[in-house]
Amino acid sequence: MFKYLPHTEADIKEMLEVIGVDNIDDLFAEIPSELMGLDLDLPNSHSELEIYKRFNELAAKNKELIPFVGAGAYDHYTPSVIRHLIERQEFLTAYTPYQPEISQGTLQYIFEYQSLICELTGLDVSNASMYDGSTSTAEAMFMATAVRKRDSILISRTVNPNIIKVVETYALYRNLKVEYIEANKGITDIEDFKAKNSKDYAGIIVQNPNYYGIIEDYSGYREILDETKGLFIMNHDPATLGILKSPAEYGVDIAVGDGQSLGIPLQFGGPYIGYLATTTKLMRKMPGRICGVTKDTEGKRAFVLTLQAREQHIRREKANSNICSNQSLIALLVTIYLAIMGKKGLVEVQTNSYNATHYLFDEVTKLPKFNKVFDHEFFKDVAISTELDPDFINEKLYEAGMLGPLNLGKYDDKMNNVLLFSATEKRTKDEIDQLVSILGAL
Amino acid sequence: MSKIVDGLLYTNTHEWVKVEEGFAFIGITDYAQDSLGEIVFIELPEEDDDLVAREELGAIESVKAASDILSPVSGTIIEVNSALEDAPELINTDAFANWIVKVELSDKSELETLLSPDQYKEICE
Repeated sequence: MFKYLPHTEADIKEMLEVIGVDNIDDLFAEIPSELMGLDLDLPNSHSELEIYKRFNELAAKNKELIPFVGAGAYDHYTPSVIRHLIERQEFLTAYTPYQPEISQGTLQYIFEYQSLICELTGLDVSNASMYDGSTSTAEAMFMATAVRKRDSILISRTVNPNIIKVVETYALYRNLKVEYIEANKGITDIEDFKAKNSKDYAGIIVQNPNYYGIIEDYSGYREILDETKGLFIMNHDPATLGILKSPAEYGVDIAVGDGQSLGIPLQFGGPYIGYLATTTKLMRKMPGRICGVTKDTEGKRAFVLTLQAREQHIRREKANSNICSNQSLIALLVTIYLAIMGKKGLVEVQTNSYNATHYLFDEVTKLPKFNKVFDHEFFKDVAISTELDPDFINEKLYEAGMLGPLNLGKYDDKMNNVLLFSATEKRTKDEIDQLVSILGAL
Repeated sequence: MSKIVDGLLYTNTHEWVKVEEGFAFIGITDYAQDSLGEIVFIELPEEDDDLVAREELGAIESVKAASDILSPVSGTIIEVNSALEDAPELINTDAFANWIVKVELSDKSELETLLSPDQYKEICE
């Protein structure tokens, strides 16, 4: 343990003498006295054995539930090789390399991560990752408003309300205006979009599959935006891109989303990862950085930092974004996940998730007290209405060891008694049948 | 000594304007390209964009600096010199031969506020 306690009493005394301070407390003289010496009631130090015991007690309080909810965070399987690889100390303990080219391994996996995101979205460039899908969506708004020099943005009501909240918060502190395109029977109302779209708006933000799990058809959006030179921003679940039409095929300018569905465990809500990909045309306005591959003086393959908006360093006041961080370890996780799954594996996992959710939907809506809500094709989330009290349903499912659906009424008054269910490749027929039998008995 | 071309109008922020058949061609001066050094990127506006005099038109990035290009005049962009997208170094080769945007002026009286070659020469000295 000694190497983690770098300063001896003598070291501390010597350092205090050099800077001319009597004791360590004097260093905190600036802090108001009423904030000093607060009794935080912290426990005394414990032995390793005591700590293990205490934490095992705490861990035992966790209840393992079988989730039937998604809404942006999905219970996909994480192959065990991922954990073994990302826990290697070269990856796990490394901090951002300030002389990046010295860390060839880090640059290589960032390069591979970017290449995979480009392949999934069909777009030209991807950055090295962001915090999560919500913040990458907000950063896309910053990009669009800066590129178009317009201070308003449109966003569809079929975008997850949690993402909308983050976008609103980011907009508030940049004095940007967010205007909504209403939903019509579960999908973005294209007529409302046509009516509201104008040169006041930098573009539109949509989501696919949308908040309700519906696969929206965004054909025609590009043409509407071209009339006003608006930018097309799409938040897309990347895992479903092995199957669905890519953002590039819709003519999207900026694709964003949360990479959680690419093998990242639910882990109490994070850390996840946000991806952001765009066209070569907008590359210079993209926050974050790009790694590239080249040859060194001996002709050997080498990875380098290729591009980062210069504004982020030497003209900070002009930068669209001052984000300098990424989710490097999680980007590695995603890279390994996609490499193991391959094109075939990714499609198989998502097809199984699709099938499981459709089986769940078919069986639950056969029950007299449960009905379908929308008429559109869905992926791995589905809205089902009920005559029963949603809280009562979730209580009963919890008692049976299940994490029940999301109560959409909590986000939208018009959605009282609508539940959002989800199933992934991990849900077996038996588990779904068990869910259906519990719901049927209520 | 950097080059200054007769018959053009100038700004104190080192842009030049050439008026031809009612349109204004805008570029940066030889002095500007020489101070910036090797140019690696020009952020260009788009056709139909409206420009306001003394406001940002685009940005120019060299190996040692990045700076805004300010529009000397107000108007609407008719054409962008897209050759600069792939070859921004053309500005280094000849700053006066490579205009950045062609503009339809909205207020011709603004031209009177610009500098003559002689006035600009004083600034560069």
